Amino acid sequence: MTTGEGAHEAAPPRVASRPASPDDCSIVSRGLTKRFRGGQVAVDDLHLAVPRGSVFGFLGPNGSGKTTTIRMLLGLMNPTSGGCEVLGRPMPAGLSAALPKVGALVEGPAFYPYLSGEANLRRYDAADPAADPRTVTSRVGSALDRVGLGAAAGKRYRAYSLGMRQRLAIAATLLGPRELLVLDEPTNGLDPQGTREVRSLIKEIAADGTTVFVSSHLLTEVEQMCTHVGVMRTGRLVAQGPIAELRDGHALRVRVESPQPAQAASVLNQLGLADVRTGVDEVTAELGAVAPERVVAELVGDGVSVRGFAVLRPSLEELFVGLTGEGFDVDG
Amino acid sequence: MSTVRSAETATPPDVLARPAEPHAEQAAGPGVAVAVPPRRGPARAALRLLRSELTLTFRRPRNIAMLIVLAIVPVLIGIVLRVVGGDGEAPSLITQVAGNGLMLTFVALSLLVQLLLPLAVAVVAGDAIAGEASGGTLRYLLTAPAGRTRLLAVKFVNVAIFGLVACMVVALAALVTGFVLFPVGPVTLLSGTTIPLADGLLRVLIVTGYSAAGMAALGAFGLAVSTLTEVPIGAVAATVVAVVFSQVLGVIPQLAPVQPYLLTSWWASFDGALRDPVATDVMTQGLLVFAAYTVVCGSIAWGRFSGRDITS
Ligand SMILES: Nc1ncnc2c1ncn2[C@@H]1O[C@H](COP(=O)(O)OP(=O)(O)OP(=O)(O)O)[C@@H](O)[C@H]1O
Ligand SMILES: [Mg+2]
Repeated sequence: MTTGEGAHEAAPPRVASRPASPDDCSIVSRGLTKRFRGGQVAVDDLHLAVPRGSVFGFLGPNGSGKTTTIRMLLGLMNPTSGGCEVLGRPMPAGLSAALPKVGALVEGPAFYPYLSGEANLRRYDAADPAADPRTVTSRVGSALDRVGLGAAAGKRYRAYSLGMRQRLAIAATLLGPRELLVLDEPTNGLDPQGTREVRSLIKEIAADGTTVFVSSHLLTEVEQMCTHVGVMRTGRLVAQGPIAELRDGHALRVRVESPQPAQAASVLNQLGLADVRTGVDEVTAELGAVAPERVVAELVGDGVSVRGFAVLRPSLEELFVGLTGEGFDVDG
Repeated sequence: MSTVRSAETATPPDVLARPAEPHAEQAAGPGVAVAVPPRRGPARAALRLLRSELTLTFRRPRNIAMLIVLAIVPVLIGIVLRVVGGDGEAPSLITQVAGNGLMLTFVALSLLVQLLLPLAVAVVAGDAIAGEASGGTLRYLLTAPAGRTRLLAVKFVNVAIFGLVACMVVALAALVTGFVLFPVGPVTLLSGTTIPLADGLLRVLIVTGYSAAGMAALGAFGLAVSTLTEVPIGAVAATVVAVVFSQVLGVIPQLAPVQPYLLTSWWASFDGALRDPVATDVMTQGLLVFAAYTVVCGSIAWGRFSGRDITS
C-alpha cells in the first residue's frame, strides 16, 4: 500500500506495492489519461488494478475524475493516451465481448420518462445482443424485485421519485449474470433505509463473486462495504489497495495521557516514533512499526505516569482528507 | 473469494496477494457461475433492437399525433376539392380528382411530400441520436452494449420505416377520402390512356414507395445532423431549415444547374408513374439521388458517431 505523501502538494500517482497480476484483475488501466478540449487533464496517468472479486471503492472529491475514468472504462470516451482492460478485454476494442458481463450505472439514472419502469428495463435489455429474449420477463421481474421496485414496475418513470429512479438504475445493472458491476455513486438520492439496502445488495452481489467497482464520496459507505479503495485527487490516483492495509499500515497513532507530557514525548522520541506532538497533558505520535505494548512498557519503565493510552485508528475520512487535501473547494 | 469481509474484520482480505487463478477459471471469475447464453444470431439481436425502436417510435404520443395530422390533411384536401370542384371553370388538377377519386392520392402525396411529410420525418430522425443523448439514455444503450454502428443502422431503418408508414398513412387516407367523395373507376393517366382501377392502385403503391424512398434519404440526413448535437430540437430544426432552404433554391431559376443535386427537387418527381407505360427514367434518377444522399449522410453519421466521446 502506498499513499501520497503530502496533504497539500499534488502527490505522484503510485500503484500498490505488490501490484496485482493483470490476469487476476477485473479492471486494469495503464497510464490512462484524458485531456479534454481546452486542455484540462481530467484523468492523469492512471494505473488502476481492481482485483477480481473485490468491492473496490473509487473515492475522490467532486471533479477529481471518477466519472471520466468510468466513461473510459466503459468505452464511452476514448483515452487521450494509455489504455485499460475490462474483464481481460482491451477497451474500447473488446467492448462487445466484455460489456454484456458488466452492469453499469454512470452519472445517475437515465430512462425514458413516458415508459414504465418495466418497459424501460426491457428497452435496455433489447440493446444487449447477448441477452436472451425468452427469459427477459423473469430477468426484469427479479431485477425489479431485488431493488424493491416490484410494486412500482408498471408505473411511468416520470412518476418515480428520485430514490425510485436510482433503484431502477441499479436494477438495470442486474439484468443479466454479471462478472463486474460499475456503479457511479449508487446511493445518490436514496434515503437512509435505501442506502442501507443498496449497501447490503452490493455485499450480497459481491458474495456471489461479482467484482464491484463503486465510486463514491460517502466515506462511511465505502468503509462499510469495500474491501479495496482507490483514492483520486485532481485526476491522479494518490492511493490504492486493500482498505485494511491503508488503515493499518498508514497512519496509526498512539495517544498518551500523562501529567508529564515533555517526559513522555522524549520517551516516544527515543523509541523512534515519528511526528511526536505534545499537547496539554497528552502526547501523540505515529506508531510506525513499534508494538504498542512496548511503548507502554518503556513509558512506565522510565517513570512516566500514564493516565491513559490509546492506539488511534484513523477513520477513512481522516485518511481521505489527508490524501485529497482538506479544502472543500473543487479543484480545477 | 466467496464471502465479503467487511472493513471491520481483523484480517483484511488480500486479493492482491492471491495467486493467479488457472486460466480456465478466469473466464468466469472466481466463484461466479455465469451462464454463457447460447450465441444467438446477430441478425436476430438486431431485429430485437429494431422492434424495441419501432415500439418506442410508434407508441410515442408526439409521433402518433403527427401521423394523425398526416391522415387528416388528405381528407381536408379532398373536401376542399369537392367544394371548389363544383364551380364551373377549374384547374386540371381538380378536374382530374373530380373525374376519379384515385387521383386524390397522387395530389395529396405530391403536396405533402414537399413539407408536411419531411417535417414528420425530420422530427423522428433529428431526435434519433440527439434525443437519446440529451436524455442520457444513449450512455446506457451503449454500455448495454448496443454497439455504435449497430445502433446507428437500427436507428436509420427505424426512421425509414416511419417515413414509409407516414407515406402509407397519407396514401390510405387520400384513397379512402377519394373513394368516398368522388366517383371511382378506370383511371385516365397523364399520357391520355385509360387503365383499369386495379392497375391504378398499383400506381398508387409505386408512388407511395417512391415517396418513402425520398423520405428515407431525408431520414439519413436528419440522422447525420442528430449525431452532431445533444439538443434534439436543434437537430430537428436544422433538418427542417435545410429542407426549406433547399426548396427555396429549387424555385430560383438562376440556380437551375444546382437543382438536380438537391434532394427536394426529386421528392415529387413521380409523374412517370402516371404514364403508360410507367416512365422509369426520371424516377430512377430520383432513386439514385436518394441512394447517394443516404450513403453520404450515412457515412457522415457513422464517421461522427463511431468514435465520438459520449459526454451526456
Ligand atoms: N465533457 C467535458 N468537457 C470538459 N471537461 C469535462 C467534461 N467532463 C468532465 N470534465 C471535467 O473533468 C473533471 C473531472 O470530472 P468528473 O465528472 O470525472 O469528476 P467526478 O470525480 O466524477 O466528480 P463528482 O464527484 O462531482 O461526480 C472536472 O474538472 C470536469 O470539469
Ligand atoms: Mg461523477
